[in-house]
Amino acid sequence: MPTFLSVLLRGLLAGLVAGLIAGTFAYLVGEPRIDAAIAIEEQATHSVPEAEADHHAEELVGRDGQRAGLFLATGLFGAAMGGLLATGYVLLRRRLRTSDDGRAALLLAGAALLGAVVVPFGKYPANPPAVGNPDTIDQRTGSYLLLVLLGLVAVWAGALAHRSVSPHASSALRAVAAVGGFLLVTVVAYTVLPSFAEVPDDFPATLLWEFRLASLGTQVVLWTGIGLLFAVLLGRRGRDRRPSVDGGPERSGTPDGAEAPAGR
Amino acid sequence: MSNPVPARPLAQPVVTARLLWTALAVVAVLALLTYLVAFDQGAVSRSGMYLHELMHDGRHLLGVPCH
Repeated sequence: MPTFLSVLLRGLLAGLVAGLIAGTFAYLVGEPRIDAAIAIEEQATHSVPEAEADHHAEELVGRDGQRAGLFLATGLFGAAMGGLLATGYVLLRRRLRTSDDGRAALLLAGAALLGAVVVPFGKYPANPPAVGNPDTIDQRTGSYLLLVLLGLVAVWAGALAHRSVSPHASSALRAVAAVGGFLLVTVVAYTVLPSFAEVPDDFPATLLWEFRLASLGTQVVLWTGIGLLFAVLLGRRGRDRRPSVDGGPERSGTPDGAEAPAGR
Repeated sequence: MSNPVPARPLAQPVVTARLLWTALAVVAVLALLTYLVAFDQGAVSRSGMYLHELMHDGRHLLGVPCH
């Protein structure tokens, strides 16, 4: 299956590179906030002598190691997301009503960002160290994963609603249907899933806000990067062979305008 | 753009059963990778908490529940 493999490799590469770019963003914008939150966490722990001994005993990786590990984490996570996006692209390409591969890639990346990042963020925003009760980590992780799935379902519902309206209807009506389908699922998901209010009363609100923006920004950079790079890579076919499926003489060249390859 | 003859998309694979199974296998591998980065606490990676701690900052900034 040369086509799937070639698309998958492009997705993995796009994801890896986008992950490293997102890691750089997170390093510059997010790390200062993590350091500040850890300082608060340490302060809280150090007031209890026994906990302090505990805490230092289980420190496997120092702060410098964790800062480097940030790039490992975003790079691997990005590659995995790029691979998943490429797989989704291969399976859904024919259903996307555009003849432009690059546009299809960007559309899917945007859908993933909305469904798997923005929707979960609305109910379970990222938390810095020192926020969150370790006892509820399993419930929080389960609810979070469920909301990622439901977010993708919400985007799908929006797409279905958009298509259920006659193509002859005004584009405003179709847009309203799409937003309505999306919001319906999102609101139900938000209502049904449990809430967790675990921010300590004395945790600085500004720091929490800045951390959450940095976290959301990291994901936005990641998915924007994956979408753009994947679109560019799809437009760049091997020079001597064309991994197109149903064979044919003509090719459409690079995707028009919007995603011209950066550099070179 | 208004193109009278729509450009033929470069990659529009026909979704066959074989493609679906391959895709399923790929998704499983990538889900495992995602799990290792975002959720594992040594149970699968057999590294104790080492990988978990190493990727601590990444997990926080990617917005995954951490601790």
